[in-house]
Amino acid sequence: MMDFQVVVLAGGTAKKLAPLVSKEVPKALLPVANRPVLSYVLELLESSNLKDLIVVVEGEDAALRVGGWISGAYVDRLHVEVAAVPEDVGTAGALRAVAHHLTANDVLIVSGDLVSDVPPGAVAATHRRHGAVVTTLLCYAPVSGPSDTGSSAGKDKVKKSRYNIVGLDPTRQLLLHIAAGAEVEKDIRVQKNILRAVGQLEIRADLMDAHMYAFKRTVLQDVLDQKDTFHSIRQDVLPYLVRTQLRSEISANGLHKVEDNANGRVSSQNYVTWMSQHREIAPSAYQELLALSPRSPENALRTHKCCAYIASKSKYCARLNSIQAFSDINRDVVGEASHLSGYSFSSQNNIIHPSAELGSKTTVGPQCMLAEGSQMGDKCSVKRSIIGRHCRIGSNVKIVNSVVMNHVTIEDGCLVQGSVICSNVHLQERVVLKDCQEFGVCSSCCRSHL
Amino acid sequence: MAQKKGHRSLSSDDPEELARVPLQAVLLADSFATKFRPITLERPKVLLPLVNAPMIDYTLAWLESVGVEEAFVFCCAHSQQVKDYLNKSQWMKQPGTFTVQPIESHDSISAGDALRVIYNLGVICGDFVLVSGDTISNMSLKEALQEHKERRKKDPLAVMTMVIKHSKPSSLTHQTRLGNDEILMAIDPDTKELLYYEDKTDQSQRFITLDKMLLASTPTLHLHNDKQDCYIDICSPEVLSLFTDNFDYQHLRRHFVKGLLVDDLMGYKIFTHEIHSSYAARIDNFRSYDTISKDIIQRWTYPMVPDVQYFGNCSQMKLDRLGIYKAPEVDQSRTAQIRAFSLIGNGTAIGDHSVISNSVIGQSCTIGRNVSIQGSYIWDNVIIEDDCKLSHALVCDGVHLRAGVVLEPGVILSFKVEVGQKIVIPAYSKVSLLPQPSKQDSDEELEYADANSGVVESPSITSIANTRNVDPVPDSPDAEHSDTSEVGISGVGYIWSTTEGGHEEEWRHSIAPIPAEKLMEFCLSAHTDLGVSNQDVNSLPASGELQLDSESTGFDDGEDYKDSADFEKEVEATFQRVLAGVNPENVILEINSLRLSYDMSHADCAGSLFYSIMKSALSAPFSSNLSFGNLI
Repeated sequence: MMDFQVVVLAGGTAKKLAPLVSKEVPKALLPVANRPVLSYVLELLESSNLKDLIVVVEGEDAALRVGGWISGAYVDRLHVEVAAVPEDVGTAGALRAVAHHLTANDVLIVSGDLVSDVPPGAVAATHRRHGAVVTTLLCYAPVSGPSDTGSSAGKDKVKKSRYNIVGLDPTRQLLLHIAAGAEVEKDIRVQKNILRAVGQLEIRADLMDAHMYAFKRTVLQDVLDQKDTFHSIRQDVLPYLVRTQLRSEISANGLHKVEDNANGRVSSQNYVTWMSQHREIAPSAYQELLALSPRSPENALRTHKCCAYIASKSKYCARLNSIQAFSDINRDVVGEASHLSGYSFSSQNNIIHPSAELGSKTTVGPQCMLAEGSQMGDKCSVKRSIIGRHCRIGSNVKIVNSVVMNHVTIEDGCLVQGSVICSNVHLQERVVLKDCQEFGVCSSCCRSHL
Repeated sequence: MAQKKGHRSLSSDDPEELARVPLQAVLLADSFATKFRPITLERPKVLLPLVNAPMIDYTLAWLESVGVEEAFVFCCAHSQQVKDYLNKSQWMKQPGTFTVQPIESHDSISAGDALRVIYNLGVICGDFVLVSGDTISNMSLKEALQEHKERRKKDPLAVMTMVIKHSKPSSLTHQTRLGNDEILMAIDPDTKELLYYEDKTDQSQRFITLDKMLLASTPTLHLHNDKQDCYIDICSPEVLSLFTDNFDYQHLRRHFVKGLLVDDLMGYKIFTHEIHSSYAARIDNFRSYDTISKDIIQRWTYPMVPDVQYFGNCSQMKLDRLGIYKAPEVDQSRTAQIRAFSLIGNGTAIGDHSVISNSVIGQSCTIGRNVSIQGSYIWDNVIIEDDCKLSHALVCDGVHLRAGVVLEPGVILSFKVEVGQKIVIPAYSKVSLLPQPSKQDSDEELEYADANSGVVESPSITSIANTRNVDPVPDSPDAEHSDTSEVGISGVGYIWSTTEGGHEEEWRHSIAPIPAEKLMEFCLSAHTDLGVSNQDVNSLPASGELQLDSESTGFDDGEDYKDSADFEKEVEATFQRVLAGVNPENVILEINSLRLSYDMSHADCAGSLFYSIMKSALSAPFSSNLSFGNLI
């Protein structure tokens, strides 16, 4: 994996995740199965032997915290540089800020909130094989909403589950069209010249841009320099590169001229084959044209390639960018994607730290996790939930489909269902929480029904 | 039979009943178009010979081969001729399972009208094959029919299956090798349902806009511009009633298919069936006539090739090496050459030193000495006198070319036209004995001439010398004058002025291959186009404010290309005037001032001049003996 630099965009204190993240807990450190979410990306990169990383964090404070955690956890495993950038500069802005650090031929950009087992090496290899200017990882869009509670309305799903509209060539390796953000809900506008070049375009709505990109460094830097209004990689830079691929505006270094494009999808080649069909009828015309066409080589079309690597359906791929996603990912990491968590599961298909204490007649079901130092009283029941470190849980407590972070106190007779409870929360007796997606930090709650 | 008729109304519901219904076909023996004018003023398109057999024979032979039992031939224009032909042919006589029934109508002006007439007759009782009489195919319908029937069982709204075939249009001219415009289709890859169809694409539009709802029911769709519509449809009886319900549906594709796709109330669905190895194509214009003729000669349509007897009226052709077909009685001079991929009909005589290549010659033609025929189609009883030159021309029955006639590429000579000695018919001309009807657009859909409609002043062939300025290739002036005196004696016919598309578009559908300059032009304009299109591309509202910066980069670029292309055109035009006889001194001045006004360098100027010289040298290889040296 020579000459690939990795930039992890770890974000800051995203507003979208408002009560979950805070100054103390930046987005990168949100726990997923009791590990910071960033650790999933870092270990994924490590598994592809990508060990030189730049982690970009928004905000100085957040950067300090993230840096502190990384140096503690990965001191002798990874070579990580943490860079702080101002808040709200967007992903493009964050890259502009670290652009001077980039020297390698290609840059791999990964979002810090990605929880996946798709090898980044595969994306990088696709990128190199095609000599693309950008290669993006596409994965099957998750069906959102908790699968078992049935709380999200069915009719909503059709609309909600659409993340991107992508256009691919018949081999599914070239990315020919992408709509992101607000574009997705509009009518699909496909460029004719691109369709003409490939002949067949596969348009799909079931794929999601997973925010892992391999860029040719020079191209990335050019685009960031020239287009200073670009704010987001996903919504500006990538769509821009995709739609200008037959008429490249970026400077020529390292780019393919039409002539050396071996794929046969570029116009001049089609044009030659088309001519050859007519050769026997008008041989003279054929030769004239071949002789005349390179008359103005500086006019030759410059093209660049945008590629896609599509993760297979069996791979897990999700981004922690909403509260719903937070509970989904937590559920999946101890559930269907349990190989990601890095823990070994017991025969009951759950993880109970040896130091956790369970009262009598307390049951912990499968796909649960109980971290170190947590105590549970008698007759409790835990199903499909994650309980953090050093939590104190009284008797007769039911916890279903929930995430309970660290140092939470839950008194007797509480019912927690489909909820997220942040660190240091105190729930007094007989609190009922149902589908209450977040519960603020350090708040404590008396007997109430939410 | 009686039982079948009794159950007609119920038959579509019961699959068992369906199975017993004989396979029917509707053959439209009228194209409802004017593309083959002036020829179709005198003879219906389906009876025009294609490699010496009427087109309709190919279609009927194919229908018979795929197991159609009843074929209804819908005749409209020249219906008597079609009926007479069918009555004489073996199609009506043969006792087998294949019956042919003509249906006659005089007031139909479109395929929609035709289907409404057929609906009113009530002869269709099950799924039927809908083709037009100019379809050449050797595909097997078994699979497509099977698919159609199975879909119908599951979903009664699946009313039609369209046959499509892979064919990539040229990236420069955006037309297929059949001369059709590119077609955009969106197809669901799993169900093969057709979701979008666009055959008249707006070239100025750089985007295809698909309704977002298309992706609501399916996560994936394939957008194609590399498929060709074979115009072979398997239809359910509902199709006929749909045409009756929507009385404004005229065109099968433009109205019916699009109408169904847009209308989501009724929910009717159209599916596609792609064929891979078999042949299916429709003759829509002169270019497809040329392409399909070549395909037949090169045996892509096997078994429908000249030397296989697939219908009775085919004489015994013999296939020699290099794809040369010869009828048994050809009187060929020892010194005459017949080159590859040619066909010579029965009773044709070819004189000394004549050369024929890539051409089809009909029956009982007389070809004189030193005649060169290249890429042309000569029908029956044509007389070509000595020293004629024909390239990529279509010559109908009974035409008489006197000595020394030159037909430039793309010329169409309709029935019994006579051309006087040493006349050069300019490229893409159409000559007919009938004058050109004036109101082109009002009866656009009609194949036959409206006898009462006015007649425009068509130049008769005697005045051909005056129309010579249309001729793109300047000939030596003295030859032109010598023509004029002799034309009046023997020429008969009107030269049609070019129709709606104008001369500019004529090359698209002509028999002649696309001229090199045209392709060059496209090559250049493709560059400028893309430059300009970048504005378009960038004005796509993304989240960032892209408009501002795009103006500065994309637009400048485009402007630049435009300038240089303009300059080249100007220089070329100026240079042409030297050839036309303007004093070279003046032209030098003009070109210099052009260079200054466009702010071009000497090198650019010399380059454009060189280009113009080479180009004119190409187009008029023998004509000019001017020396250009003093210009540079």
